[in-house]
Amino acid sequence: MSTPESTAHDETGIGLRHLLSTEGLRRAQAEALLDTAAGMEQALTGRAVRKLPTLRGRTVVTLFYENSTRTRVSFEVAGKWMSADTINVSASASSVSKGESLRDTAATLGAAGADCLVVRHPASGAPHRIAAWLDRVGHSHLGREGHVAVINAGDGTHEHPSQALLDAATLRTRLGQVDGAHVAVVGDVLHSRVARSNAHLLATLGARVTLVAPPTLLPVGVADWPVTVAHDLDAVLDQGPDAVMMLRVQAERMHGGFFPSAREYAVRFGLSQPRADRLPDHAVVLHPGPAVRGMEIASSVADSSRAAITEQVTAGVHVRMAILYHLLAGEDVA
Amino acid sequence: MTTTRIRGARPYGEDAADLHVRDGLLVDAVDDPDETLDADGLIALPGLVDLHTHLREPGGEEAETVGTGSAAAALGGYTAVFAMPNTDPVADSPVVVEHVWRRGREVGLVDVHPVGAVTVGLEGAKLAEMGMMAASPARVRMFSDDGRCVNDPLVMRRALEYARALDAVVAQHAEDHRLTVGAQAHEGPVAARLGLAGWDPAAEESIVARDVMLAAAAGARLHVCHLSTARSAEILRWARERYDVRVSAEVTPHHLLLTDTAAQDYDPVHKVNPPLRPDADTQALRRALADGTVDCVATDHAPHAVEAKDCEWSAARPGMLGLQTALPVVATTMVATGLLDWRGVARVCSEAPARIAGLGDQGRPLRAGEPATLTLVDPDAAWTVRGATLASRAENTPYEGTEMPVSVVHTMLRGRWTVRDGAVNGVENHG
Repeated sequence: MSTPESTAHDETGIGLRHLLSTEGLRRAQAEALLDTAAGMEQALTGRAVRKLPTLRGRTVVTLFYENSTRTRVSFEVAGKWMSADTINVSASASSVSKGESLRDTAATLGAAGADCLVVRHPASGAPHRIAAWLDRVGHSHLGREGHVAVINAGDGTHEHPSQALLDAATLRTRLGQVDGAHVAVVGDVLHSRVARSNAHLLATLGARVTLVAPPTLLPVGVADWPVTVAHDLDAVLDQGPDAVMMLRVQAERMHGGFFPSAREYAVRFGLSQPRADRLPDHAVVLHPGPAVRGMEIASSVADSSRAAITEQVTAGVHVRMAILYHLLAGEDVA
Repeated sequence: MTTTRIRGARPYGEDAADLHVRDGLLVDAVDDPDETLDADGLIALPGLVDLHTHLREPGGEEAETVGTGSAAAALGGYTAVFAMPNTDPVADSPVVVEHVWRRGREVGLVDVHPVGAVTVGLEGAKLAEMGMMAASPARVRMFSDDGRCVNDPLVMRRALEYARALDAVVAQHAEDHRLTVGAQAHEGPVAARLGLAGWDPAAEESIVARDVMLAAAAGARLHVCHLSTARSAEILRWARERYDVRVSAEVTPHHLLLTDTAAQDYDPVHKVNPPLRPDADTQALRRALADGTVDCVATDHAPHAVEAKDCEWSAARPGMLGLQTALPVVATTMVATGLLDWRGVARVCSEAPARIAGLGDQGRPLRAGEPATLTLVDPDAAWTVRGATLASRAENTPYEGTEMPVSVVHTMLRGRWTVRDGAVNGVENHG
C-alpha cells in the first residue's frame, strides 16, 4: 500500500493534497498556510456578512469519532464562511455506532460526494488510513479528479496539525514572528497530539522548543524530536521563554499513575500567577483548551492579557479556512 | 509401496547425491524405481518443523483451517507443524486437541501436532488438563498459552513442575501484560513519532529472566516463543552459562528481517505481537540464531481475515502469515549474509525444533534408514509474494510484492509427495 503523499497534485501553489501531520510539512507550505490565514482574517474584517464565495459547491464533511466542540465548530464555521456545504457526522449520529468499519464509512462519504473529510479519531493514524483508501479508490466517476482531501483533526496520541497551525498564527500575531522564538511546551507530552504537531511545526518555522514534563509523561524516543527536553519548569522559565504553551492533562491520566497527585502536578508543572509574573513582559501564554483551571493554569493567568486563549480560537477559524482553501480551491477560484 | 529415486539433489547444499526412497524410508539404492525425479541443482533438507503455527481451527475458519494451513505448510517445505491452542474453543481439553490432531491426519499434508493450553481458557489462573491431553491420541508434549503470557509466577512455576512429569515443554509467550497495557508498537522513536502506545521490551525480557529461574529451580523444560530482543537473547546466554537450565528459544522470520519502521504508514499488516523491533535487535537475533543462543526458527504464522487488518492500526489484530515465506526469509537473512550454511538451516528449521518438541521421526538426517521426510529447494528460483495466491485463506502477508530469492519445489512426508513442482499433492480437498 502506498503512503498518502502530501506533495503531489498541486492546485493552489503549495503542493498539499491532504493535511495529515505537521511532520513533513515544508517551511514554505507552513508559511503559505499562515499567510493565507492572515489574508482570510483581513478579507473578513469589517464585512457585515462574513461569507466568501471561495468554496461554493464544495462539500466538507466533518467525521468525528470523538467529541470535540471547539475543533468541529471551528472547521464548520471555516467551511461556511467560504460558502462550502458542511455536513457533520459524529459517532453517535450515524451508522458508526452500529459498527460499520472505518473503511466503509470513508468510502461511503467519498462516494456520496464529499470533497473533503475532516477526521477526528481515537486511533493514531486513522486519517492516514482513510487517505490511503480514498487515494486508491478514487472518485473520478463523480466528475472530480478522483481526489478526496483528508484533514487530520486529531488522531489518537499522534497529531493535530490545524491546532499547531493556529498556535503558530497566534504567536505570529503576538510576537511578530515565530522564527527565533523560544517556546516552552508544558505538560502531558506523552499523550498529546498537540505537543507532537507543535514540536514539528515550531521547529520547522525556526522556533526553539523546550518540552517540560516529568519523565512519565514524555514518550520513550523523544530524544529524536527537534526539541530540548526539561523536567524543571522553573529552570525553563528562568530562560525567559517568549511563549509558554500549557497542555491539557486528561482526567484518566490523573488516575493512571503517571504522577502522584493533581496537587503535586500543580505545584511542579502548573502555571501559577507567581510563575507567570516571572515571564518576560512580551511572553504569551497558550492553552489548546479546555483548560483545567487551578491545576494546569491559574485562573488569574488564564484570564490575563498575557493569555491568548480566546485569540487562539479566533485564529483557529482563519487557519482552517486557509487549510480548506489550499486543499480544495482550484486556481480559478483563487 | 512406490520406490523413488531423487536424482542429483544436493543434501544440505553440499555435493550432489542421489536419494532413494522405499516404503517411506530413505534407502541406499532402489532398482528400477517406480518414479525418478530430476532434482539437479536442488538443495535437499530434512522436512521443516514449525513449533509455532496458528491454524485457527476450530472457530477461526474464515482466516485458516487445518486444510489450508497444512497446504501452506507443505508448500513452505514443512512436514510438521505445532498448532497453537488459542482457538475457539480453546485447545485446553483432550476433546479439542484430539479434534485438531484428527483433522491433521485426515488432511495428511503435514503432521499436525496440537499444542495444549497451559491454563483453562488461556486465562492464566487454573492449569488445563495437561496430563489428559498428553495421554490422548494427540500425545501433546508442548503446552502454551500463546497469545497470552502465563503472567502469574506461581501458576507458571506449577505448570513447569507439572509438565516435568509429562516430559513436556512449556512454551511461554513472554510478555508482562502490566507493562504492555494498550501497547501497539515497539516502544522507541518510531512509536513516539507515530503516537502509538509503546510495547516496552522489558515486558519480554523480565519474563524471560523470571522463567529461566523458575525452570532452573523446577528442573523443567522451558521454551521461549518468538524471542524478539537482543537482551532476551543475552539473558538466555547468561542463564545457560551459569545454570543447568533446560531452556530453548525460537525466533520468527519477521523478527529476523523486518523492523519497527514498517509501522510508519499505519498499515496493520505490520502489526504483530511481539512487535517488530529496531534494526539493532534484528541484527542481534540473527547472530543469536547463528551461534545457537536461539535454537530455531518458528513462523508464528497468524492468519487474519481482511476485516481484522483493513482497519485502523489500534483496532487490528496482531499477526502475519509466515509458513510459505519462512524459508526464503531465512535464506535472505541467514544464508545470503553468510551467518548460516544450508546445514545450519537444516539445524534451525528442522532438527532443533524436532528435538525441542520430542519428535522422533522428524528432523532426521538424510541417510539410509531414516524417514523419507524432506524438502527440495531451488536456491536460484526467485518469486514474488502475492497474498492472494498463497495457500492460506487469509492474505495478511507483510511481504506483498517482495521478491523472495529461493523456492520450495517439492516436499515429501514419509515417502509420499505432499508438494510436487510447487503444487500441493493432497489426499483430500483442502481448499
